Amino acid sequence: MIGPMLSEAWYAMRANGLRTFLTMLGMMIGVGAVVLMTAIGQGAQYMVDQSIAAMGSNLFIVLSGSTTSGGVRTGGGAAPTLTMADADALAGLPTISAVAPTQPGSAQVVYGPNNWSTGVTGTLPSYLEVRAWQLTAGYPFTDSDVRSATRVALLGQTVVKNLFADDDPIGKTIRIRQSPFVVVGVLAAKGQNLNGQDQDDTILIPLTTAQRKLFGSQFPGTVRYIMVQATSAQSMPAAQKEMTQLLRQRHRIREGADADFDVRNLTAVANTAAETSRVMTMMLGAIASISLLVGGIGIMNIMLVSVTERTREIGIRVAIGARERDIRMQFLLEAIIISVVGCFIGVLLGAGGAVLVNLFAQMAAVITLSSIVVAFLVAAGVGVFFGFYPANKAARLNPIDALRYQ
Amino acid sequence: MADDPVIHIEHLFKQYETVAGPVPVLKDIGLSIKAAEFIAIMGPSGSGKSTFMNILGCLDVPTSGTYVLNGKDVGQLGKDELARLRNDVIGFVFQGFNLLPRANLLDNVALPLVYCGVEKTERLERANAVLEKVGLGSYGKSRPNQISGGQQQRVAIARALINRPRLILADEPTGNLDTKTSREIMDIFSQLNQDDGITIVVVTHEPDIASYAKRLVHFVDGRVTHDGEVLRQVMVEERS
Repeated sequence: MIGPMLSEAWYAMRANGLRTFLTMLGMMIGVGAVVLMTAIGQGAQYMVDQSIAAMGSNLFIVLSGSTTSGGVRTGGGAAPTLTMADADALAGLPTISAVAPTQPGSAQVVYGPNNWSTGVTGTLPSYLEVRAWQLTAGYPFTDSDVRSATRVALLGQTVVKNLFADDDPIGKTIRIRQSPFVVVGVLAAKGQNLNGQDQDDTILIPLTTAQRKLFGSQFPGTVRYIMVQATSAQSMPAAQKEMTQLLRQRHRIREGADADFDVRNLTAVANTAAETSRVMTMMLGAIASISLLVGGIGIMNIMLVSVTERTREIGIRVAIGARERDIRMQFLLEAIIISVVGCFIGVLLGAGGAVLVNLFAQMAAVITLSSIVVAFLVAAGVGVFFGFYPANKAARLNPIDALRYQ
Repeated sequence: MADDPVIHIEHLFKQYETVAGPVPVLKDIGLSIKAAEFIAIMGPSGSGKSTFMNILGCLDVPTSGTYVLNGKDVGQLGKDELARLRNDVIGFVFQGFNLLPRANLLDNVALPLVYCGVEKTERLERANAVLEKVGLGSYGKSRPNQISGGQQQRVAIARALINRPRLILADEPTGNLDTKTSREIMDIFSQLNQDDGITIVVVTHEPDIASYAKRLVHFVDGRVTHDGEVLRQVMVEERS
């Protein structure tokens, strides 16, 4: 039964080729828009997810407070209120899995004829774990490097590129503010963070080396900020509370007085960004779906015209023994073919558009199998939904009137 | 079975509901048609013969009365069963041929077989056979608009024949044809009636055409006014 009906549908569609194509075009544009828009949305989401993964998960940053000098307040992180001892105390909390006290600075770096200005961060080996940062070559510095304040450095990709070009940096000696440092490892590329800063333009050195030998400090043993990783996303609120309590206690801050530190949840910012991109994906998809709806209405419109035009044909078919369901199926099949073929081409168009976006626009577009499958199902659904009314109308025609129809 | 009437009708009424109230079209028709009869139905316009043919063809249902077709009480059947009867008991031939313009002659002739689930190869074989029977065996791939009216009507007859019906209903089958072609078409009906024992009911205005039949039923104002031999006198009344 379905075989002859398919060829009937093919004949009918071919007989009105341009009309069929234009109807399909509605579906193509609709489906193409849905596929492309969700691809762009997914791409944005993918980039955000990448940034979050690169930043490290379940992260807090504990900043030292600001100072007030003659009524002028400095920004957060300026007062020397956080110490190594604070960091050790935080590491003892059960909800915390890793702690990396950090002393950042910037310095001019020289290797051979090349020089480059970059951020130099003094920290512990745990920093790599907290920031989920891999090495592409060499080894990280160790706790014993920290204890003895050795002059070793891990270089970010941007620094490697600017200082070494094609050379292998491992084992070479660079100069940071005139002091020689041996390069022991190279950090994997992380790309930009959510603020667009290049995370690879950095050098990591042992915290003690930074404090004692590079930047110096009026307040030995203090750090600018502490990166803290909670054991899980669920334990983050508890961790935040415990850290605040512990530090207030250690810093002897009275009930109601302002704290001289600041605990910030970095993941919350990232989650907001992820949520935003998810909402954007849904909104883009929803807007594109409207064109799918319009395409469906186009199908319904044309099918109604087609039923009217073929009234006499329907009468003939009924007279020679077609049942209502045969007639209904014939027109329904036609609507479904138009929408599914339109959908197929639409998916190709949308995928092609996504490839072009990837090539020429500064955006990622990620096509997922699920978006294609959903588009197909929706298109078939649209065909059935908008094809049913005309098909039913055809099936219900009075054969006597239909045979008399001119 | 063979002696049972193909069609048996008792006290059949049909009225249409209009805004101005019910309009009776058929009034107390009683008629029995045996197998292998050849019947002409005549009558002036508005006498109800078209409505009667629609009811015979299971395209319309009577308001009251019984219609037994091929041993089945049509009034008791559902829509799908009526479709089934139209498909394999009845063959229709229309004044306007009513072929599908897009399909070639073979596909047109084979169309009824699509609705009873016959495989494609068998469909085409049988379509070819009946096309040959009406003398158009070599035209299978042509389209309806490439052949003459008489040839189109032959194709329509072939389509009516393809499911080996007991009954052929022809509504003004020669109305669009010239005299010579009309005779050819009526010869085919006579032949089917005599050789294959198919019951044939023809509605016509023309006495010449009616004279091919063996029995004449005359309708006036929704009633049967004559049922019997093909009488010149009745046909002349028709003209006047």
